Amino acid sequence: MSAVIGNSGEFAFTPANEKWARGQIKKYPRGREQSAVMPLLTKAQEQNSGWLSQAGIEYVAEFLGMPMIRVLEVATFYSMYNLRPVGKTVIEVCTTTPCWLRGSDQITAACREELGIGFGETTADGEFTLLEVECAGACVNAPVCAIRNKYYEDLSPEKMKAIIRSFKAGQTPKAGPQIDRQTSAPVGGLTTLVEG
Amino acid sequence: MLKDKNRIFTNLYGLQPWTLSAAKKRGDWDGTGKILGKGQDWIIQQVRDSGLRGRGGAGFPTGLKWSFMPKVCDRPKYLVVNADEGEPGTCKDRDMIRHEPHKLLEGCLIAGFAIGAAAAYIYIRGEFAEEADVLETAIREAKKAGLLGRNACKSGYDFEIYVHRGAGAYICGEETALIESLEGKKGQPRLKPPFPANVGVWGCPTTVNNVESIAVVPAITKRGASWFSGLGRPNNTGTKVFCLSGHVNTPCNVEEEMGIPLKELIERHGGGVRGGWSNLLAVIPGGSSVPLIPKSVCETVTMDFDALAAVQSGLGTAAVIVMDKSTDIVKAIARLSKFYMHESCGQCTPCREGTGWMWRVMERLVVGDAAKAEIDKLLDVSRQVEGHTICALGDAAAWPIQGLVRHFRPEIERRIDERAKTMQAAE
Repeated sequence: MSAVIGNSGEFAFTPANEKWARGQIKKYPRGREQSAVMPLLTKAQEQNSGWLSQAGIEYVAEFLGMPMIRVLEVATFYSMYNLRPVGKTVIEVCTTTPCWLRGSDQITAACREELGIGFGETTADGEFTLLEVECAGACVNAPVCAIRNKYYEDLSPEKMKAIIRSFKAGQTPKAGPQIDRQTSAPVGGLTTLVEG
Repeated sequence: MLKDKNRIFTNLYGLQPWTLSAAKKRGDWDGTGKILGKGQDWIIQQVRDSGLRGRGGAGFPTGLKWSFMPKVCDRPKYLVVNADEGEPGTCKDRDMIRHEPHKLLEGCLIAGFAIGAAAAYIYIRGEFAEEADVLETAIREAKKAGLLGRNACKSGYDFEIYVHRGAGAYICGEETALIESLEGKKGQPRLKPPFPANVGVWGCPTTVNNVESIAVVPAITKRGASWFSGLGRPNNTGTKVFCLSGHVNTPCNVEEEMGIPLKELIERHGGGVRGGWSNLLAVIPGGSSVPLIPKSVCETVTMDFDALAAVQSGLGTAAVIVMDKSTDIVKAIARLSKFYMHESCGQCTPCREGTGWMWRVMERLVVGDAAKAEIDKLLDVSRQVEGHTICALGDAAAWPIQGLVRHFRPEIERRIDERAKTMQAAE
């Protein structure tokens, strides 16, 4: 297992996260605690600098009284669990067809130029990880990327670089459309919902 | 064009707050208790009479699906809302969740009451973290106001709604994979039967519906089945939120009438094809899983289940991906093949092996590195994947390729010829 999954020594939820985890379990019927495995793994990842270690997986298994192999299956099945250390800021670029049609190749290139890394790599200073993701589900605002649980939409290579520079400077740039636009509405003015 | 007064999602773009007080001004949670007072059978009949067909892609009649739930049962029943939106091209549920969460919650209560559910679980894709936060806050608001929870809307009916976050797996949009995932397992689809209405989540009767299917239920029950069925075309009724992406001048989501001509949809709301209509190459009209249609078909086809099926495509999720003449059409479809390979859960051999095989051939076709006979071989393999797997992901991987070959075989052959010529010249 260690060939696939990194280890970081001990893992245990902080008291606040443990309380949160017990609340999650209550969402499901009695005897169905296993249903909470995904939110708990997500929380364990969050607590461990954005990646899920072997210790974290073992801890969640014990927490839920599940065989470790069942938790490992879940951890390796879903793409949002990072099983190796990642940078402080993870940039997830969508490259599926709707984003590709609107220039995701150029967005990827802009990230490479700005960070000096390719997909699946982390900068030497441990600040950034670049990931390729499948359809992010924001296709009418393509091309898009996700950073720290927020979507950056209607990107251009220049905007992408500016966003990265902003993170480098310790700021959190404004998420959402990067052009003058109200969420998913057409640019230039509404075509519906105008009759008052 | 649909009149604004007939639009259901009046805050689709989030121009107003999503909060309870703002939602109430838009008519959400108005008279919900009275609707419940009319009884389960009345609600189900209204939804059946409205002609509503599932908005998640398959288009199965929603009211009919509800009627499959056992009336008398010694186990609890559940409503599960599929918010695992991930079909490439599709991003409509996201808007409903982040801008109209109370429509969805009200729909959950009405639908859940109709099928006798003890609770609803909304399964939302993990990437929609902010959207899930909105939903959870909206649930707290509604509970505090007595609209959900004990004696919901003073109906005497207790109803809880929970949010369950996914963690990145397209396959969990398949209803039985979603159920497996909700149980804390890998999202691998189940063999049917038994169907979820009999054995669903935790072994209990379960109905799984798409976000949009549930979010339109309050409007249907309040305004009446005949209002909804009076919109659109027979057997393809109501309104629909379309997603316009790709090479249009103004990509957007928009609620329109079912059966709107594709050309009108693109020109009126998408600002037209980039470079003008004559610059159109092809359209994927219903999310990545449906076969593309060439410009000649786009001229006249209407956006509904039956019309698109008649041209060997489908309405799917109504996600319209527009491609102009600058598009490398083979590469556009090859990228989808890669998507399906990546998202195959690996359970069924034809899909696990076939999606990778098809992608590798597609990549060669992009550069013409193939023999012409391989095009038919590819079609043959796609048909061996299609219909030979537990779930529809195999079909979804096969159809885009079949659509490409159906309409663009000369382009694929041209690339093969061109490469052969270049290779010959090099020798």
